[in-house]
Amino acid sequence: MADAAFARPGAGTPTETWFHRHRRAIAPWLFLAPGVLFFLFYVIFPIFQSFEISLYKWDGLGEARYVGVENYQKLFKDRAFETSLWNNLKWLVLYLLAVPAGLFIAIFLNQTVTGIRLYKSLFFFPFVISQVVVGLVFTWFYDPTFGLLNTILGWLGTGPLNVLGDPTLVTYGIIVAGLWPQTAYCMILYLTGLNAVDPEQVEAGRLDGARGWRMLWHVVLPQLRPATFIAFVVTIIGALRSFDLISIMTDGGPFGSSRVLSFYMFEKALSEYGFRMGYGAAIAVVLFLIMLGFIAYFLWSMQREEREG
Amino acid sequence: MRSMFQAAALATATFLTLPASAGLSGELKIFLDTSNPAPRATMEAMIARFGALHPDLNIETTIIDREAYKTQIRNFLTADAPDVATWYAANRMRPYVSAGLFEDVSDLWREPEIAENLASTKGAMTIDGKQWGVPYSYYQWGVYYREDIFNELGLEEPATWEEEKANCAKIVASGRACYTIGTKYLWTAGGWFDYLNLRTNGYDFHMALTQGEVEWTDERVRAVFAKWRELIDMGGFIANHQTYSWQEALPFIVNGEATAYLMGNFSVAPMREAGLTDDKLDFYQFVEITPGVAKAEDAPTDTFHIPANAKNKEAAREFLRYVVSAENQTIINNGENLGQLPINAQSAIDDDEFLRQGFEMLSRNSPGGVAQFFDRDAPAEMAKAAMEGFQEFMVFPDNLDDILERLESARQDIY
Repeated sequence: MADAAFARPGAGTPTETWFHRHRRAIAPWLFLAPGVLFFLFYVIFPIFQSFEISLYKWDGLGEARYVGVENYQKLFKDRAFETSLWNNLKWLVLYLLAVPAGLFIAIFLNQTVTGIRLYKSLFFFPFVISQVVVGLVFTWFYDPTFGLLNTILGWLGTGPLNVLGDPTLVTYGIIVAGLWPQTAYCMILYLTGLNAVDPEQVEAGRLDGARGWRMLWHVVLPQLRPATFIAFVVTIIGALRSFDLISIMTDGGPFGSSRVLSFYMFEKALSEYGFRMGYGAAIAVVLFLIMLGFIAYFLWSMQREEREG
Repeated sequence: MRSMFQAAALATATFLTLPASAGLSGELKIFLDTSNPAPRATMEAMIARFGALHPDLNIETTIIDREAYKTQIRNFLTADAPDVATWYAANRMRPYVSAGLFEDVSDLWREPEIAENLASTKGAMTIDGKQWGVPYSYYQWGVYYREDIFNELGLEEPATWEEEKANCAKIVASGRACYTIGTKYLWTAGGWFDYLNLRTNGYDFHMALTQGEVEWTDERVRAVFAKWRELIDMGGFIANHQTYSWQEALPFIVNGEATAYLMGNFSVAPMREAGLTDDKLDFYQFVEITPGVAKAEDAPTDTFHIPANAKNKEAAREFLRYVVSAENQTIINNGENLGQLPINAQSAIDDDEFLRQGFEMLSRNSPGGVAQFFDRDAPAEMAKAAMEGFQEFMVFPDNLDDILERLESARQDIY
């Protein structure tokens, strides 16, 4: 009311431009513009472009031919696609082990002993080094002739096991390699979360006789909910975009049994033997829809949380 | 002073073999994929020699990582094309030829200098009756074996399939594997398939199969796998090959755990570095399988092309003429440089045990023809699917029917 009364006399004066009158509404958009433009060009626009390309048969050079949903029909008959989809599911489920593992390491490290900072950084180390290095280290670890794993299995009287050469084991082998840095990531999330745990509540719980698991489950964990949420989000997204480890450790093999959707898409569209852009785009669209499902759920639960809080 | 003298001597020597073309000027942009140290130095020296002949020409060389080049070529051919670019022969050129991105250089191939001396690779450079580039180097494939272990076991170089298998049986009995191989990146298995196929069915069948004219479930294809299986079943190949790259498979032959390696000549350098001297390492041509089938070899050819969007095509053509000249091919392919075989028939072969044998084999003992390689003769997508099948077959030979049906449906899809 007061605003309107204040603005009215100004509206009559000729010096007042349209920009001046609306600057409060315009200013935030101007500041947002660079970010919004980049987001549109590099994220939103390519999404729609992928949808479009997936309807064409195109080698990236010549004429693109419209084929409707043929790429998708082929996709659902493609055994390599099916394998990739199953492997993605394995990644999704097993990669989540990083969350509880990270929690337990964080609780274990959340104490004051001399040198704890050193231990913490050692545990965090795998997340700092490059995924390529992680992949190489695990490739050597699994090596069927001189790898550490088979030496250990030899002491136990079993083996030898060629983890990365066995189509039934290979995906699990790569996931284990992926869990190593991902656990460290979750651990650091929980370590920061544990700093914020209210000592009074823990004290109160202790007075009421809660100990061990009950203390963890009913007193500590509820306070770690924000950390748990972030840990779940990064782990699920991480599982869906797993690519570097597969490329380094097996190159999708043996005979394509360790491929996931992102790797298969790369192989079909961009690798040396690929350049089926339409087919690759169709795989990308499927992967996008799966991710969209998760992201929508996360956004929804975040919003719900905010409303409750 | 001395280097100036050398340059002058080289220049005069080259003027004798080349039609002198004075007055080239402007810019010449050259893109190379020869990113490994030795080839890189070879190419830079070659371009410097060419530059010395044409002082007014401003040459700009860009060397791109060999693997990255394979994807970047698509961009730079369309967007910002150089005047000369390296690539590979045969079907690998096809996407760029059919998209109209390579310049037709049939005119060069009509010049007697080239027509007469490069005839052996004309077929590999031809698509739709025209030539699309020139070759600068190629290398033989064949069986590199441990001469000292053969001597120890009293074995001779085999010539027939029966002898090959008899040798292998003795090698396996001595606790070794006959062949090392690393199939992680698949193409090595393509080499085995190529040779078994070329020897069982011959060159024409190889071409028909890679061009998609024959069904993968054909009896003749099955015959190839049957031969392959004989070696697999007797324990001929090292175990766990699916986890190794070709380099990672080298220690097995160097340490004597395996006695032979079916490979390209580029494997000689690392084996020598690892300590296999010429009295420990030798070479033989892949044995005969079906008597009467003319022997044909795999000899992948590396090439130079002019992009259709090049700006200085006149200078680019002159550069191509220089690349294929006998003298230049002698220099760039010698043991100190690429260590491969020159294509120009007038070139001299370096005095190297393996280059000599390779040249001998390709020029006299390969009446059936020269194939490029499975993944260069077949379209990329078919090559990928098939080589994946070869790898699976080598690990699980019992899956053959399933593999062949899969490849057959891929064939119907791709061609």
